[in-house]
Amino acid sequence: MHYWLSTLIGVPVVGALGVAAVKNELRAKQATLAVSLLVLALTVAMAVQFSPNGDKFQFTETYDWVPSFGIHFGLGVDGIALVLILLSVVLVPVVVLASWHEAEAGKRSVRTYFALLLVLEAMMIGVFAATDVFLFYVFFEAMLIPMYFMIGSYGGTQRSYAAVKFLLYSLFGGLLMLVAVIALYSIAGKGTFMFTDLVGSVQDVGTQKWLFLGFFIAFAIKAPLWPFHTWLPDAAAQAPAGAAVLLVGVLDKVGTYGMLRFCLELFPAASKYFTPLVITLSVIGIVYGAIVAIGQTDMKRLIAYTSISHFGFIAMGVFAMTVNAGSGATLYMVNHGFSTGALFLIAGFLIHRRGSQYISDYGGVQKVAPILAGTFLVAGLSGLALPGLSSFVSEFMVLIGTYEAYVVPAVIATSGVVLAAIYILWMYQRTMNGPTAESVRDIKDLSGREKWVVAPLIAVILVLGFYPKPLLDVINPAVTDTLSSVQVTQQAPVAQEGQ
Amino acid sequence: MNGTIPAPTIEYALLAPMLVVFGAAIIGVLVEAFAPRYLRSSIHKPLTLLSLAGAFVITIWQARTGIPTKPSAMGAVAVDGPALFIWGTILVLAFVSVLLINDEGHFVASASAVPGSAEEERALSEGAMHTEVYPLVLFAVGGMLLFPAANDLLAMFVALEVMSLPLYLLCGLARRRRLLSQEAAVKYFLLGAFSSAFFLYGTALLYGYAGSVDLAKIGAALGTVGGQDTLLYIGAAMLGVGLLFKIGAAPFQAWKPDVYQGSPTPITALMASGTLVAAFGALLRVFWVALGGLQWSWTPIMWGVAILTMLVGAVLAITQTDIKRMLAYSSIAHGGFLLIGVIALGDQQQNASALSALLFYLVAYGFTTVGAFAVVTTVRDAGGEAWHLSRWAGLGKRRPLVATVFALFLLAFAGIPLTSGFFGKYAVFQAAVDAGATPLVVVGVVSSAIAAFFYVRVIVLMFFNDPAADGPSVVIPRGTWAVGAVAVLATVVLGVFPQPVLDLAHTAAQSLFVR
Repeated sequence: MHYWLSTLIGVPVVGALGVAAVKNELRAKQATLAVSLLVLALTVAMAVQFSPNGDKFQFTETYDWVPSFGIHFGLGVDGIALVLILLSVVLVPVVVLASWHEAEAGKRSVRTYFALLLVLEAMMIGVFAATDVFLFYVFFEAMLIPMYFMIGSYGGTQRSYAAVKFLLYSLFGGLLMLVAVIALYSIAGKGTFMFTDLVGSVQDVGTQKWLFLGFFIAFAIKAPLWPFHTWLPDAAAQAPAGAAVLLVGVLDKVGTYGMLRFCLELFPAASKYFTPLVITLSVIGIVYGAIVAIGQTDMKRLIAYTSISHFGFIAMGVFAMTVNAGSGATLYMVNHGFSTGALFLIAGFLIHRRGSQYISDYGGVQKVAPILAGTFLVAGLSGLALPGLSSFVSEFMVLIGTYEAYVVPAVIATSGVVLAAIYILWMYQRTMNGPTAESVRDIKDLSGREKWVVAPLIAVILVLGFYPKPLLDVINPAVTDTLSSVQVTQQAPVAQEGQ
Repeated sequence: MNGTIPAPTIEYALLAPMLVVFGAAIIGVLVEAFAPRYLRSSIHKPLTLLSLAGAFVITIWQARTGIPTKPSAMGAVAVDGPALFIWGTILVLAFVSVLLINDEGHFVASASAVPGSAEEERALSEGAMHTEVYPLVLFAVGGMLLFPAANDLLAMFVALEVMSLPLYLLCGLARRRRLLSQEAAVKYFLLGAFSSAFFLYGTALLYGYAGSVDLAKIGAALGTVGGQDTLLYIGAAMLGVGLLFKIGAAPFQAWKPDVYQGSPTPITALMASGTLVAAFGALLRVFWVALGGLQWSWTPIMWGVAILTMLVGAVLAITQTDIKRMLAYSSIAHGGFLLIGVIALGDQQQNASALSALLFYLVAYGFTTVGAFAVVTTVRDAGGEAWHLSRWAGLGKRRPLVATVFALFLLAFAGIPLTSGFFGKYAVFQAAVDAGATPLVVVGVVSSAIAAFFYVRVIVLMFFNDPAADGPSVVIPRGTWAVGAVAVLATVVLGVFPQPVLDLAHTAAQSLFVR
């Protein structure tokens, strides 16, 4: 018996209690950073022991939680969950460092902010590691609360509106999912919520369709897919930069992860039935998100809308049900987390300097803050899937994989790539190039701390752009296995180096 | 045989919890009559708490030594598994409510004095106190114990009155906002009297139908007596009105916001927890034992009532600006959720799981409610408790602990995972889905989402808004502190480790109601 995953969840929880108890604010921040680095180290130590071709779920732990209802505290990871946990634990220390002065501006409790951050980390790990459907639901809902307080207490001027909108949308989706979870348990009649026991337990296609909708709407709100997306720009624009990174980078991935893990495996027939609908929504989202992003005047809202476009790609990849597209979508989840995370953080640094989120207040920043501008460009280019940067690999795989199954949507979706070039480069041009705006003349370039925040992200973007093989090696078997439950069998794509 | 009246056999040991409470209530009355004023309070407090604790210990002891399988007291009272569980719950909730009552300043000095008059001034300056509150509470609690355990309709009616009459009085005893309090008492009394009349009339009609007021005999008559269906249906409907009124189910919910608002807050806590638990016990017994065979006739109506109750509670709560009225509407909505469980009938096994779900929900909800009202008593303005929601703005910055605790209770009401409210709701919804009432669960889920809005709104006010310059002060007397701690503990423990209480509820529900 090993305790890797429960340790990964336990350490941040204990850390959060400790941070909340520390009186000194600086100590609290240092402790948070130390805890998040410890979690990162533990995760890496666990990840290297993962054998891609071993059991489907590894590092499994199962304890009875509420035996009356067949609920277990069941943990375990496959390749998909593992890379998403890695994404989360890499982003958290980065966010901690980026948020060093975040809470001070609002004159609100610094300790609470960092304690919430650690609680959120524990729940992010838990939600991906849950092998019990009920436990997944619990984390899915419970993780709203820390994020809600982070947006509501530490966000921008419209924060309470954004926080409530975020919470109510997600809660509503979650409650629909709760009905489906209960019905699934009741119909399966197995007396257990363990995911592996529930797979294949609902055979009737009509029933599958209803249950699918219960799960899917929750995930579509979470991801968010068009037309369930309207909460995201508000929440992301009002959240403090660090929280926005975790919100868009990790929390929203729970939606697409849920589609891949739960919708596809538990309700294969219904998934196939609804595929045209989901692909259509995804393609609309890709184009709509990109076009609306072009029109944004607020930097954070712009990045949020680009994410809606990207989530369209991911959902399309999941439902194309080819191994290429599925692996691409999973890799996209990771890459999007890093590149959008970098964009949000660097935009956050810029906004912090000038005190405005509006693009029109900037201009010519490149001349006064070249490193800031340069890293912003790299992150942006990754966002528009420039070859050599990480998102390219995954976007390409999604498009190829979708093309194998659905030609027209793949072609339309390709226009999203072109639009991405417009929104990113135009934003860059307006903020960083041209004559230096009066108001930004005195701003400083990235400080030492901020460089430490950005460097790992840029490094990851570059490395995964040139050498995605280690991740794909882990992802491919898991995706192949997942798709086999939808009766799709194909040869796994060969990850070629230097794509 | 002729001319002799057989002496009734009474199982005193089985009825001991009730007898202890009623006995203490009568001693309390004697204390009022004979003890000097300065001593009364210091006699009442230990007497009340000890009797409740004693009754609780006896209840536990009874549950451990074996649950009787037959009704006791000549068939008038059924001390069965569910009854013992409900007794234990009510006694604990009453105990913590009395801790709230113990803290000074909730009750009027002289209830009969006209508000704002010279008599009131004089009573205040003399330091007069209504120490009758304690025996009244004990009588009400005694009634609450008998109500869910009553096995015939007449005993149930007596219990209903014993429970309600002291509460009518207690409602009118608030120290502040006297007129509101008196209005609450009058409204509660008038509407309550109507509902009692309905109940009694229903009892009479059912007696006409079945020739007995015994629940089990009415249940048995359902299959055998023919040609009297008018009596049966009208009787059952009237009985239902009487019981649903006590729960505050729509369309009989109108009294709840006014009464909850006007009553002294500790009394509101007692009503919102104890009365609700007792009334649900009685409702279940009547509808499952006596009218179980009529299930196909009353479930459709009950569906409508449940849906209406959930939606009315959730939707009207949104427009409230008063914290106590908001909690009242929240209580109405929760009554609706509980009604889902009442409908989740099926075979023996299904009934047991629905019953245990309801029992768990009642425990979870009861503690959270008492806790929430306890927090309401602590936030005070110059003129008493600060009820208007706007006064709660920024409480999270002034008193983070109090605000956090209240937020926890609100999240539990909203049914967020890892709080007790979640598993309560889950258990009831699960039972309903198993019984094939999935549409009802969907309505329940939608109302939960609506309800979440107003719970979250209060959290927004407390944490995300800036405090007013002249914000309310927070005073936490010792008793209230203890109540808050108990409620927080229950809310968290039942949310994280619900299994022990689920087991307990399961065991209690296994044998269902005795007949």
